Amino acid sequence: MSNDELILLNYWPSLFGARVRIALEEKGLKYEYREEDLPNKSPLLLEMNPVYKKIPVLIHNGKPICESNIIAQYIDEVWNDRAPLLPSDPYEKAQARFWASYSDKIRDVGWKITYRKNNEEAVESKNELLEMLKALEGALGDEPYFGGENFGYVDISLIGCYMMFYTYETYANFSIEAECPKLIAWVKRCLERKSVSKSLGDPKIVYEIAVEWGKRLGLGLSTSLSACTVLSSLESEDFWRGRVKINKRDGDH
Amino acid sequence: MAPEKELVQLIGFWGSPYVLSVRWALKLKGIEYEYHEENLLKKSPLLLQYNPVYKKVPVLLHNGKPLVESLMIIQYIDETWKQNPLQPQDPYERAKTLFWAKFAHEKCIAPMVSSFFKIGEEQEKCVKEACEHLRTLESALEEGKRFFGGETIGFVDIAAAWMGCWARIIEEILSVKLIDEEKMPRLIAWFSNVVEVPALKECMPPTQNLLEHNIKFRKFLVAAAERLQSVPLTGN
Repeated sequence: MSNDELILLNYWPSLFGARVRIALEEKGLKYEYREEDLPNKSPLLLEMNPVYKKIPVLIHNGKPICESNIIAQYIDEVWNDRAPLLPSDPYEKAQARFWASYSDKIRDVGWKITYRKNNEEAVESKNELLEMLKALEGALGDEPYFGGENFGYVDISLIGCYMMFYTYETYANFSIEAECPKLIAWVKRCLERKSVSKSLGDPKIVYEIAVEWGKRLGLGLSTSLSACTVLSSLESEDFWRGRVKINKRDGDH
Repeated sequence: MAPEKELVQLIGFWGSPYVLSVRWALKLKGIEYEYHEENLLKKSPLLLQYNPVYKKVPVLLHNGKPLVESLMIIQYIDETWKQNPLQPQDPYERAKTLFWAKFAHEKCIAPMVSSFFKIGEEQEKCVKEACEHLRTLESALEEGKRFFGGETIGFVDIAAAWMGCWARIIEEILSVKLIDEEKMPRLIAWFSNVVEVPALKECMPPTQNLLEHNIKFRKFLVAAAERLQSVPLTGN
């Protein structure tokens, strides 16, 4: 294992990328971090993830693994001698996978708040988001983490979304803490972990970037573009003409 | 082998391909189970209790404990009953398997299914998207291999190869083209290789029944969409 070469291709505001960073840190793994300039994807990214052309991609001894939850499971299986992320019991593992996959949908709902085409869509999406966060609070119960006593796979999957909370709250004028205090208590608990504080971007800088993307895409209340159009625009290479100035987080390696 | 007094129950709907994929997994593992047919127009309290988040079939109950979402159910089955493994042992190969199963579900099957719920331009967009991703899936299949992972049936096969049958039904009802004979020969061979496996063929609902059911379903959806369009729209 000591000769393992690990490279992570990432874009620091990505909540999916944050998951992988946290998993690597939890396992105490040394890796090379490479920041992707998203309007200008590297040949390596395009080669390692030809299907989606997206970050994060973990390259382990030259072999790529894509899709953040799959990467986290991979990391857990390969380095199974330390800091287990998933439970060993198959039923509890299945529950963990369920909630991790549920947390994927938060980004999709969040997009509809940020890049909505009218106030009704923002309010509807805000309510949908709160419903989802409350369901997650229910799953957390009275435990310190979703993994119970131990920080694990679901915590890793979900905590990246925290980077976007300030953006959602500002765009739709509400407070997640007021509605889901238990969840925010969980967030604060997670932020005390070095693996998390090292891997999450500042939510206020992420907000500024979201605003820049909005201006870049000409989005907001005055346009008729739906969130899905936004998503597919960002994924289209043709769309990228000119660059958005991206503020790197201090201390990025 | 599973210990004695295992109770396995499956809550399903005869016409659901997701339920079918779970039945395939149970069949390949030789697991005995009780099947409960669900009326999707009037969901049972049992379904709502065991799948409160999505309220959908399939739901697998193992000694009373519920599991939902077909891909996760199949993973659970594979991890709990070790005979006839469906996933590779090697973590890298397993990650690749999960990747392609997820791709097949999210990028091929989802837009195909979406197209069935849409009309006009929105439908065309879904069909176009499905075709594009089916071509990617085609390129992921290796020439000359019987199944997705090689010569043994596995996770991606049972998670997704049923889409060939459903694609044909959608093509017939919507008068669209999803499977291109010229551009997707490997996909077509793969669909057939999987569904022709005797154990899996036994579980397939008759195509005629599926067709009739979905024709009725489509008429219902179109009528509902037409009713909605006569009301002033506030959204998209």
